[in-house]
Amino acid sequence: MAEGDAEEREILAFVQALKRLHGYDFSQYAPASFKRRLRALRARCGADSIAGLGRRLEREPAFLRQVLSGLSVPVSEMFRDPWVFQALRRDVLPVLASYPRIHIWQAGCAHGEEVYSLAILLQEEGLYDKSQIFATDFNDVALEEAAEGIYPAASARTYAENYLQAGGRGSLSQYFHARYERIKFEESLKRNITFAGHNLGTDGVFAEVQLILCRNVLIYFNDTLQDRVLRLFRDSLVHKGFLCLGAKETLARTPVERDFECFDAQARIYRRGSA
Amino acid sequence: MELSSGSPGRVVAIAASSGGVAALGEVLRALPADYPWPVIVLLHNSDAYPGSRLDQLLGRACALPVREAEARLPLAAGIVYLAPAGYHLLVEQDLRFALSVDQKVAYVRPSADVLFDSLADACGAAAVGVILTGSNEDGAAGLTAIRARGGLAIVQDPSEAQAPQMPEAALRLASAEVLDLAGIGVRLAALPGAPA
Ligand SMILES: C[S@@+](CC[C@H](N)C(=O)[O-])C[C@H]1O[C@@H](n2cnc3c(N)ncnc32)[C@H](O)[C@@H]1O
Repeated sequence: MAEGDAEEREILAFVQALKRLHGYDFSQYAPASFKRRLRALRARCGADSIAGLGRRLEREPAFLRQVLSGLSVPVSEMFRDPWVFQALRRDVLPVLASYPRIHIWQAGCAHGEEVYSLAILLQEEGLYDKSQIFATDFNDVALEEAAEGIYPAASARTYAENYLQAGGRGSLSQYFHARYERIKFEESLKRNITFAGHNLGTDGVFAEVQLILCRNVLIYFNDTLQDRVLRLFRDSLVHKGFLCLGAKETLARTPVERDFECFDAQARIYRRGSA
Repeated sequence: MELSSGSPGRVVAIAASSGGVAALGEVLRALPADYPWPVIVLLHNSDAYPGSRLDQLLGRACALPVREAEARLPLAAGIVYLAPAGYHLLVEQDLRFALSVDQKVAYVRPSADVLFDSLADACGAAAVGVILTGSNEDGAAGLTAIRARGGLAIVQDPSEAQAPQMPEAALRLASAEVLDLAGIGVRLAALPGAPA
């Protein structure tokens, strides 16, 4: 096991260097998948060891971008888990409709797939003009791409199928232009989206909102960081506001469990209670 | 019974792809109701069995309770855990499950390479990796990692596998015990604790 222990020490040192040099703290990420991404980054950069990655970070501040991109996982899909978006459309949006202004926070927005999904949902339900969506991520490279709204044409078919399964009222193709190997979503869909950098590990309450969508982000955090983020979400939601987590994420066995009631177990939608 | 981290208790992980449900049924059938180790089952095309269909299917074939692996839950002895469709499944050092939606590995998610690598890191010589029928090459690299840490590698005899590619790929990379399904069942059922 000596070899494994040496690697563990290098990982620890790298995490400390990243925090010291740039303020990014990965010490509270779930270790097994974090290690896997770090090993992949090492291989991609042609570094001989994880310690080598650390040395490069010391001498080359611009390397940070590549490191963050490698350690973040901007893997997403439009209308991923269509039944979730169907539940949002059918059960949550009618409640939000009663507010004069709708504020939504999507945390961990990756390349924006879910943000545009939300915008389309709001548009089709006639609510978009009074809505504001804050889409945040700590990965600046991903955020830049999210703001572009351009995706490989090869994904269009899955997206379109998901859209229909999510109760789409038309055809997804009415929202994008296909050009070469890419699809680009309409500029008008962005009119009420604000993209912003926000680190769930270190930043505070972002805004007061009625719906938070944060899917497949908490699975990357250890219990301590997950609990921090859940408190942040609780404190960002209005009374009776909604929290939607990923299909394999849960409030069960967390410290905020009692502050929420389960609204839709299958879609992992919770509602802020009075506690 | 929860396993404490660092205990020499075994953790068995079995990966299968095409033809996997029947093969898994045959292997799991051999395990007794008081089986002393956790068993993790990773089937590539498990999304072909929506809801809890696969749990039920495999549950009928074996004496152990079958349930989906959940992020953060500790592995317990005598339970068969299924890797959820669409996520990579990993085992942490403290012997709890973790999930990720990182890119596919070896064209699949869940990937046995990911699961086996994490098991090699978490359990060292106590890890047991098993590769059954399948028509891709996933698991070969992960099985190598398990062997490198002194764990046990078992591969279904390609000549009897419905799809031989996955066992063949594993045998090209890793030194492993080669057994037929009945033999794998017997081997796992009688598995002694790990070398301390
Ligand atoms: C797997 S993606 C989830 C995408 C989308 N929500 C979905 O479910 O399809 C995870 C995202 O979380 C972001 N993330 C990870 N750690 C973060 C942090 N500390 N603060 C903000 N975003 C983070 C990553 O950059 C990545 O874009």
